Amino acid sequence: MPDSIPADSVGLVETQYRTFDGPLALDCGRELPGFTLAYETYGTLNDARSNALLICHALSSDQHAAGYHSMDDAKPGWWDSCIGPGKPFDTDEFFVVCPNNLGGCKGSTGPNTANPETGELYASDFPIVTVRDWVRSQKLLADALGITRWAAVAGGSLGGMQAMQWAIDYPDRLAHALLIAAAPKLSAQNIAFNEVARQAIVSDADFNGGRYYGQPAPKKGLMLARMLGHITYLSDDAMRDKFGRELKEGKLNFNFDIEFQVESYLRYQGESFTNRFDANTYLLMTRALDYFDPAADFGGDLAAAFARTAARFLVVSFTTDWRFPPARSREITRALVQAGKQVSYCTVKAHQGHDAFLMPVPQYLAVLDAYTSQILAGV
Amino acid sequence: MRPDLEIIRDWIAPDSRVLDLGCGDGELLWSLRRDRNIAGLGLEIDDDNIVRCIERGVGVIQIDLDEGLRDDFDDRSFDYVVMTQTLQAMRRPDLLLDEMLRVGKEAIVTFPNMGHWRNRMQMLLGGNMPVTPALPAAWYDTANIHLCTIRDFEALCESRSIRRLQRTTVDHNHRASTGARLLPNLMGEIAIYRLGRG
Repeated sequence: MPDSIPADSVGLVETQYRTFDGPLALDCGRELPGFTLAYETYGTLNDARSNALLICHALSSDQHAAGYHSMDDAKPGWWDSCIGPGKPFDTDEFFVVCPNNLGGCKGSTGPNTANPETGELYASDFPIVTVRDWVRSQKLLADALGITRWAAVAGGSLGGMQAMQWAIDYPDRLAHALLIAAAPKLSAQNIAFNEVARQAIVSDADFNGGRYYGQPAPKKGLMLARMLGHITYLSDDAMRDKFGRELKEGKLNFNFDIEFQVESYLRYQGESFTNRFDANTYLLMTRALDYFDPAADFGGDLAAAFARTAARFLVVSFTTDWRFPPARSREITRALVQAGKQVSYCTVKAHQGHDAFLMPVPQYLAVLDAYTSQILAGV
Repeated sequence: MRPDLEIIRDWIAPDSRVLDLGCGDGELLWSLRRDRNIAGLGLEIDDDNIVRCIERGVGVIQIDLDEGLRDDFDDRSFDYVVMTQTLQAMRRPDLLLDEMLRVGKEAIVTFPNMGHWRNRMQMLLGGNMPVTPALPAAWYDTANIHLCTIRDFEALCESRSIRRLQRTTVDHNHRASTGARLLPNLMGEIAIYRLGRG
């Protein structure tokens, strides 16, 4: 809980909602009869409507990217390290928009909202959505907000994939794309981790085919999924630094309860996640990750996928990220160079693993600061 | 602007594509874009230089040149590949030179000439490794692990069928002189070459 709002915070913020009538055709062949996007904004849109930044969220986050919902909040929004007055995404200069993705569980249309055609909650009947579907829905939000061209679209991890898709699908609707700790598509190992997470959820006795609303939720399964995910977000180094082999009670108890600090930490992370996240959404988000492969429509040639882009690109990776390691960002960079696009790339030295993209790593902030000053020069 | 960069800039045709290996803070690419309408890309390893390049809007890729250019760059995808004062610090300058002429139609390199009379004098009379204005570091902390003379360099080019398109030699303040023009390997402190294949 903040005693007072820090000077470099966007302060107290509220989620807004925008409802869209009319069907949205999805990649899976189905359509949503109408839908709502929950989103937050920080800063002020200028008269020319040229200073808008779209922030896309990752697997387990939402529209609350910065600031606080109330003075009782334990933590600010998920990208508060980078969004705020004087921060790289400077809200004194930019108008920042962050929506909750379709299929999410924080107010956008998803499994825990009602299907207008039946009046029932979607639950497991919610269609499988893709990164391209999200981008399509975000484009409608841009239209509704009167933003014809984003100064930049930015995101980390799955968010970076959305920024990439934006550049490919709507080349004239963004000036810059910031692809942070992302990958051009998932590896077999990435998909394998997602599959174990999904199996943990669907094999929970409370899962009930996804129709668990109004009943006990499949918390055990979701907790396991999160524990597994969390291991892949941290580096071996970061875990060693944070926990080592430290024992919870200082001695071995010769049982299967929590003995090591790292076990305690993972269980805590898993449990608290179940209080804020929906299992059906977790299934959908991991599937969207698995399916993401913008080169697939171009015979597997990523450079060909980028051929029609008009944005300038910043690609950033982190040395100890083993979920989407630097080599994956280098693939993206290589394809952009091959396609003759303007790109800058850096590998930031950081020990936090994949999670580093959320952290105030000085070199990372310096790179973002330098890049956003260039974005601003073109606003 | 660094005088050697000024010389190089004048060798580069307008509207071309330039890849600058070890581009530092991006000064050359920045001025090429401003004065020659050139779309450039820099490769650089240093964190602070990366930030400076991005600040001035110069496209830069953080990469260790000792890993080579690998498959990151297509054959002949740039008009020029430039490398200033870096060749002698590479683990395998010969291989990198080949790479430069694979990716670029032409290569431009500069390096300190070990054959300069001051270096020769220090070796001959002092019996120690030269420390000069063009080579200011001591033997134990220098980044220059592959120093060569102009004659050495041209022998390498010849053995690799690399053609010399243009050459100039200058002093450590990057001034040309009659001496350096007439006796480049003895009087030139820094050599600047434009090279092609075949």
